[in-house]
Amino acid sequence: MHEMSLAEEVMQIIQEAALRQSFARVKTVWLEIGQLACVEQAAFRFCFDILTRDSIAQQARLEILEISGLGWCHSCAQEVPMTTLHDVCFRCGRYGLVVLSGDDLRVKELEVE
Amino acid sequence: MCTTCGCRSGVMRIGGKRRQPRHKLEGTTPYRATANQTADARSTASANHPIHSHDLIDFGSGVAETHVPGMRQSRIVKIERDILAKNNHYADANRRYLTEHGIFALNLVSSPGSGKTTLLVQTIAALPAVQPIYVIEGDQQTENDALRIRATGARALQINTGKGCHLDADMVGRALQQLNPQESSLLFIENVGNLVCPASFDLGEAHKVVVLSITEGEDKPLKYPDMFRAADLMILNKCDLMPYLAYDLELAIDYAHRINPTLQVIQLSAVTGEGMPAWLAWIEAGHRRMQAAKSKLKDWPPHGE
Repeated sequence: MHEMSLAEEVMQIIQEAALRQSFARVKTVWLEIGQLACVEQAAFRFCFDILTRDSIAQQARLEILEISGLGWCHSCAQEVPMTTLHDVCFRCGRYGLVVLSGDDLRVKELEVE
Repeated sequence: MCTTCGCRSGVMRIGGKRRQPRHKLEGTTPYRATANQTADARSTASANHPIHSHDLIDFGSGVAETHVPGMRQSRIVKIERDILAKNNHYADANRRYLTEHGIFALNLVSSPGSGKTTLLVQTIAALPAVQPIYVIEGDQQTENDALRIRATGARALQINTGKGCHLDADMVGRALQQLNPQESSLLFIENVGNLVCPASFDLGEAHKVVVLSITEGEDKPLKYPDMFRAADLMILNKCDLMPYLAYDLELAIDYAHRINPTLQVIQLSAVTGEGMPAWLAWIEAGHRRMQAAKSKLKDWPPHGE
């Protein structure tokens, strides 16, 4: 349950942006969360709601853009889609895929006024 | 506050002293109008016209195109920042400090009760007294683990995370300042017993070492894959209990390799000492590599300082 720490980081990023870019209210927050990232979206939303109370992001809409997982199969020397960290390569059926993308956690953009 | 582990509101203690978070969250940010506000307002979105990704921003269709003075405009601010960027920044600083001083640091992670502290106590006793050993202990409460380590003669600092469920790089950075470890020493960081959260937080260590005791079930790597992916070495502990358990060692290793094919594995029993020489040799090899990295850094300062 590190989602609270992650939500705090998001709030800090928002507040730093507010000082730099001069806005008073955040209406929407777009996050990119990879399918393979160690984040439970429901838990994250819960923490975000609590942390944004009485802040510039109060009642902000949280839009989560899910990034698909992509791995590399050494046996096939090709990229393969991944949905979990213990997926097999759909071509050769082997384990041990190396994650190429889909483990990201990013604040992408904010809609502010 | 998080109802499961309440990460946010705990009182952090380092060496028994109460510490405030380095960055306090502020309640509100005052609005400050700027000269380029109108220009900024050109990229807009509204509740009726949401923008879902950067390549969908239409600069021509927003309300700002027909700007009315005094009317509040919403706009899109690009952030593109990794949520863990701040932690990673502190972790990089720790890693640089550790490398410059040739300090070989390991981050021991596991579920509670896997035997991390016992392993550390036995490791400190078994390592030749060539280099000084320091230990940073992470627990939510009590100084019990640090006391157990100090009994071995090694210097230990306890971090109480309060209600936090993991150590972060800032905590470790501050603990390093307080410990002030000697050149070319060994540093063990015993993370909070938790097989989930510490996986995401780089502390600046050379390696994460995941300890899995054979009383825990073979499928732990599949149940908690992030930790086994983040680690470089898995220690299968409590192997002396093998005769009393129906544990499939090969299966546990196979599961771990499904997640992380390059994960090294050492089987041992911290209590009987069986398998300890391989672990000690692994530490010494890592320590030697760190000394090589230190001298390389000295020969060629990459940051021009």
